[in-house]
Amino acid sequence: MNANGNLVEARNLKKFFPVHTHFFSRAKTFVQAVVGVNLSIRRGETLGLVGESGCGKSTLGRLILRLEEPTEGQIFFENEDILQYDSERLRQLRREMQIIFQDPYSSLNPRKTVGSIIGEPLIIHRMGTKKEREERVLKLLEVVGLRPEHINRYPHEFSGGQRQRIGIARALALNPKLIIADEPVSALDVSIQAQVLNLLEDLQGEFHLTYLFIAHDLSVVEHISDRVAVMHLGRIAELAQSEELYRDPKHPYTQALLSANPVPDPTLERQRIILQGEVPSPINPPSGCNFHTRCPFKFEPCPKEVPQFKEIEPNHWVACYLYGPNE
Amino acid sequence: MVGENSYLLKIRNLHTYFFTDEGVAKAVDGVDLELEEGGTLGLVGESGCGKTVTALSIMRLIPEPPGKIVNGEISFDGSNLLTLSEAEMRKIRGRSISMIFQEPMTSLNPVFQIGDQISEVLRLHEGMSRREAWNRSVEMLRMVGIPSPERRIFEYPHQLSGGMRQRAMIAMALACSPKLMIADEPTTALDVTIQAQILELINHLQKGKGMSVILITHNLGVIAETARKVAVMYAGRIVEYTGVRSIFGTPKHPYTQGLLKSIPRLDADHIRKEKLEAIPGLVPSLLDLPKGCKFSNRCKYVFDRCAEEPSLIETASGHLVRCWLYE
Repeated sequence: MNANGNLVEARNLKKFFPVHTHFFSRAKTFVQAVVGVNLSIRRGETLGLVGESGCGKSTLGRLILRLEEPTEGQIFFENEDILQYDSERLRQLRREMQIIFQDPYSSLNPRKTVGSIIGEPLIIHRMGTKKEREERVLKLLEVVGLRPEHINRYPHEFSGGQRQRIGIARALALNPKLIIADEPVSALDVSIQAQVLNLLEDLQGEFHLTYLFIAHDLSVVEHISDRVAVMHLGRIAELAQSEELYRDPKHPYTQALLSANPVPDPTLERQRIILQGEVPSPINPPSGCNFHTRCPFKFEPCPKEVPQFKEIEPNHWVACYLYGPNE
Repeated sequence: MVGENSYLLKIRNLHTYFFTDEGVAKAVDGVDLELEEGGTLGLVGESGCGKTVTALSIMRLIPEPPGKIVNGEISFDGSNLLTLSEAEMRKIRGRSISMIFQEPMTSLNPVFQIGDQISEVLRLHEGMSRREAWNRSVEMLRMVGIPSPERRIFEYPHQLSGGMRQRAMIAMALACSPKLMIADEPTTALDVTIQAQILELINHLQKGKGMSVILITHNLGVIAETARKVAVMYAGRIVEYTGVRSIFGTPKHPYTQGLLKSIPRLDADHIRKEKLEAIPGLVPSLLDLPKGCKFSNRCKYVFDRCAEEPSLIETASGHLVRCWLYE
């Protein structure tokens, strides 16, 4: 058990994807998906990871699971360096960490029954007898709010929200410690989102789960997370307690994101920060602070060097020269 | 109070059905709507509620078979669109009424340059020459905020980002200065900062040209920020219809109330992490609708009167609700 209560620790994590211009050519350019991320996930918490498309949040989630191998950096799970694991040990690790995917339509094998989908992890990890596995699957169906007779149905017979429940049941099958939820409700209708979010919260309490909740919807992330990290173009721009981030966003990008988020209150007079220009490409990110090309507060040091990620108030971290120069 | 004759668009008793092997799906089942010149009507609802089919009915783009507009009247600028010939309708589509769709990648033709796609509209409706149309297209792209339009006009949809493609589609939709623009989930597929830009653009262009807009979305935040009047749809019917402030300030239909309670909010006056109040159950299949009030099987206020389908009841001035609670 780790002294500081961190279940996961990522240190200086980098992931670059090569861009091949022709099928056989050597890559000369890279998509810099994750660039030097330091992040820890505390046991029992829900850490929200928010950012726009292309910011690297999904890649970061996959790196932690070792579904992608990092280009550089280290990942610790319960204080052990999981990048050193051989395939057998890695397979055991997979019992502890699971993932729920965004698209309930493509993340379930359409040719398998629900029972078979949820039971598959148990078979792969050789857990229990056939009868025990079936009992576990039935229990999991109940836990996610589906019915026993659903066990023999196929994914296409279910709605998006129900399919997401199946995905959640599958993620719970092995009793993991950590669940990475990659945009689990984005594809769902508003009223179903609420059902699934409530379910995830209930399950966290019941099964002592730790969540990394990846999303682009700020309201959803704020609601479910204890702490929130904001990513921009492969780096973490800001990290704070959820209420603190929304009450007092420090990074100009966080401020712009919050300002852009439409609020369901027509009486609110809002001073909107509309960012100028396009989201820069991760293939050719801006120099220095990667937000400076769109930042309304850009000044002299910004294009020169990457700002340090510093704790400027207790538990509130930012990477921005507005809060002081690099040390 | 606006008189009956000064509406730009008036829909009365619209019924659009789809005749399938499994039965008749009554996608739009008795819809009345009106829109004044320069107004913005928000059409809200979740998947399957009929909002897109309503829009496609206005545009007469319902595939026949299996669809068919079986009843109703859509008067636009003096004519009943449902009685026009296809040739007459083609003169209206893209010229007096235009539409922008949710997924810009699938609604733009991937094998034609952006310039060609905008020019096509101009050459068809305004009889412009190739050169004139091309030059005007550059101006349109500039107007919608695409930088270096004289260069980008040669690009194909896949070379543009999502936000750019949406702008290109807006350029196409506005090329002939339509009186009415129908925007079907125009920003759902876009990042929140780009969404803010696009909504701002639509707002700005609307004011500049005095255009009327029907904005279709399931995002209540977007509705609050852009619509003046709001119609909430459920199972092919309008269940509540009033001004935007009333919808949020005094929602009357249990479904509207349920939707508002089920969304996580970033505004100050709520207790964070309080459980979301989800609407139980699922939207019914159009092939298997409940008898009586279509929301009755999910409504917490259901009582014996609900066995009969309610009509729209006027509660306060201009606030219509389809619910027996207000009889």
